[in-house]
Amino acid sequence: MNKVVSLDKVRPLLKDGMSIMIGGFLACGTPEKMIDLLVETNVKNLTIIANDTSYVDRGIGKLVVNGQVKKVIASHIGTNAETGRLMTEGKMEVELVPQGTLIERIRAAGAGLGGVLTPTGVGTMVEEGKQKLTIEGNEYLLELPIKADLALVYASVVDEIGNAVYFGTTRNFNTIMATAAEVVIVEADKIVKTGELNPNNIVIPSVLVDYIIEGAN
Amino acid sequence: MITDSKLAKQIIAKRIAQELRDGQLVNLGIGLPTLVTNYIPKGIHVTFQSENGMVGMGAAPAQGEENEDVTNAGGQYTTILPGGAYFDSAMSFILIRGGHVDMTVLGALEVDQEGNLANWIVPGKMVPGMGGAMDLVVGAKKVIIAMQHTAKGIPKILKKCTLPLTAKAQVNLIVTELGVMEVTGKGLVLTEIHKDTTVEEVKSLTQADLIISENLKIMDV
Repeated sequence: MNKVVSLDKVRPLLKDGMSIMIGGFLACGTPEKMIDLLVETNVKNLTIIANDTSYVDRGIGKLVVNGQVKKVIASHIGTNAETGRLMTEGKMEVELVPQGTLIERIRAAGAGLGGVLTPTGVGTMVEEGKQKLTIEGNEYLLELPIKADLALVYASVVDEIGNAVYFGTTRNFNTIMATAAEVVIVEADKIVKTGELNPNNIVIPSVLVDYIIEGAN
Repeated sequence: MITDSKLAKQIIAKRIAQELRDGQLVNLGIGLPTLVTNYIPKGIHVTFQSENGMVGMGAAPAQGEENEDVTNAGGQYTTILPGGAYFDSAMSFILIRGGHVDMTVLGALEVDQEGNLANWIVPGKMVPGMGGAMDLVVGAKKVIIAMQHTAKGIPKILKKCTLPLTAKAQVNLIVTELGVMEVTGKGLVLTEIHKDTTVEEVKSLTQADLIISENLKIMDV
C-alpha cells in the first residue's frame, strides 16, 4: 500500500461548506502546501478548527484573508488582525475555546467519548450555555466533542503508509486532529519507504491516515 | 512612585524570581513574566514549560542558530536544554490542568481582592482569545500575577474585576513594582513594599481593600 498522492488527487476532496481541522501552533507545524491548495481552489464557507489563526501571510491566516472562512473555532486570534476585523464586522463567526479545552474536545471526538468535564472556564463567559456538573464538591463544565470532515495534518517524516514522526514543537494539535476527522491528509517534509521508521518512535499510527502529500520543504 | 516602566518591570521580575523553588516546573506567560528568567537565584534549578509542546525550554537561539521546528508559545524561535522533552498539546495540557505545573506567572488587565483575574478580553476593543491562560490559571499550583501596579495611574487591583474573567478565585500572589500582595481567606494582604514608596501611596493606587501585614517588609530587590 502507498498513500502518497499528488495535489491533483486530493483537490476534489476540498468542498464548499466543509469543516476542516488544521494542525499547527502560530504557523509552526502547519501543512502550508495543503493550505495553499485550499486558497487556490477557493472553496468557501469553511469552518476551520485550529489552535489559532496564525498571521495574515502564513498558514491558516491566508484562508481568513482570502475570505474563505465562515466560522473559526480557536483558542487565540490575536496575531491575525484580519480575523478580529472580520469578526467585529460580523462577516465571520469566531468561537473562542480555552486551548486545553480545545485539544480535549478534539480528543474526545477522536476517542469516541461523549464529552469531557473540565474545571477550565468555570465562573467565566466560557460557561455560558453549558451544562455544569459538581463532582466530589468541584464544579466542571461539560465540553462537547469537536469532529471535522477533513483534517490537514503536518508531520516531519512519514512513511508511505502514513506512520508519522515529529521534530521539535511541530506536534502540537496535529497528532490529536489525525483521530477526529472523516478524512485525514498528512503533509510531510520527508517521505521514506515503509519499514524505514523505527516503530518505537512513531507518533501517529498509519491506520489513521488516508492520504499523504509531500510538503513544501 | 516608580514611573520608569523598564525599572518597574525589572523590580517585578526580580522579586518573582525569589518565589522559585528548586525542582519546580514553571510556565511563564508572554511579555513581562519571561523577564523572570534573568533573575533565577543561584543554586535554584527550575524547568520551564512552553505550552505549545515542551518542557526544558532554554534561552532564545543565537542569530543564525534558529530551528524553525522549535518555537515557544509566542511563536518565537527558542531552544531545548539537555533533558528536555517535546510532546503534543494534549500532553501539554495534561501537565497544566492536571496540577503538574508548580507555578505560573501571568500578566493582568485587572485582578481583585478575591483572587479573580481578567486578562483575555476587553469586549469590543481587544479580543485576542484566552489561548492557554484559562487552563494555566485553573491548573497551576501557584498563580502569580506580574504587572505594573496601575495602568498609567488607573488602579488595576480592584475590589471586583469589571472585565470578563479568565478564572475565578485562582490568584495566589500579586507582584508589582510597589509591593507584594497575597490573596488570603481574610482578603488581600500587603506583605512587602518597595523602598521608594509608602503604604499610603500603595493604598491610594489600589482600589481593593488592603490589609497591611503586621510583618510588612521592604522588597529585597
